[in-house]
Amino acid sequence: MYTEISLDNLRVKKLPHIWCAGCGNGIVLSAILRAIERSKIDKDKIVFVSGIGCAGRSSGYVNFNTLHTLHGRPLAFATGIKLANPDLQVIVATGDGDLAAIGGNHFIHAAKRNIDLSVIVFNNFVYGMTGGQLSPTTPEDSFTTTTPYGHIEEPMNISYLAIAAGATYVARETIGNPLMLEKYILNGLLHKGFSLIEAVSSCVTEFGRRNNLGDPAEYVKFLKDKSIPFSKVNSVESHDGIVVGEFVNIEKPEFVTSYYELVKKVAK
Amino acid sequence: MGKNKVIVNKDYCKGCGICVSVCPVKILKIGEDFKVEVENEEKCIGCGMCELYCPDFAIIVKKGITV
Repeated sequence: MYTEISLDNLRVKKLPHIWCAGCGNGIVLSAILRAIERSKIDKDKIVFVSGIGCAGRSSGYVNFNTLHTLHGRPLAFATGIKLANPDLQVIVATGDGDLAAIGGNHFIHAAKRNIDLSVIVFNNFVYGMTGGQLSPTTPEDSFTTTTPYGHIEEPMNISYLAIAAGATYVARETIGNPLMLEKYILNGLLHKGFSLIEAVSSCVTEFGRRNNLGDPAEYVKFLKDKSIPFSKVNSVESHDGIVVGEFVNIEKPEFVTSYYELVKKVAK
Repeated sequence: MGKNKVIVNKDYCKGCGICVSVCPVKILKIGEDFKVEVENEEKCIGCGMCELYCPDFAIIVKKGITV
């Protein structure tokens, strides 16, 4: 049923993938592939852009036009692709370190511009590939290799930042609920404008192990139990858990359309 | 109701055990080779939870034809 759809859109000879046993990135990737299948977008028109990190590896496995770019720069490359050929559907897969840390300003400005990109953030709270250093979204009091006595900062809220910067579609869901994640990604793909879907993923090896989150199954259950529906708290942020839901879905002038209208006007 | 078929691709499976925990009828288990095995396949209700949660694209549920 579901896996067959994923396998149709994957470069099957590259599997099994590089991610650890129980890594949530696989669940997010399969949700993305099912959403793409459901959206009925022409697959030759899809460009799948990713940065560096565990999440960045995803572009190697999907069977579309793909681009594996520099650390933190997938949005810069994606902006270029979209402006050069507005017919393309540009999907960006990126991690929390990639998007919020080194690519922070690209992210803010892409959201501000409201350019028609679909960004899916694999937020696993840690730099998994380089050995478990803290990332901007690492929760307070959690342990990583660079915060061995507990993290003392408040985490960055990626969805909140996106809303503040002007993104027109923002949603968050954990891997504990893959069907809703698929639905939000589908909405994001069909949305005209900058859409950001924050997929809260797991890192069993580097984060779960140091914070006693148990085996992969317990980790998924933990994320599911920690989820709070947006309708309940009416706030993007909560100290009791992870607020999930569709935060923003509005219409605003889109950058590429406005740009080509301007070009037409000036050329007269 | 027709019989459902659960196919495990052992080349992809890493034995994380997520599918074992989400299966509502508890017919999956981690075998001696640390990969997923199916026991009592006839009990499968074909919900597809194992597929949804499998991070390794290793499980396929083929729904039986209903007569």
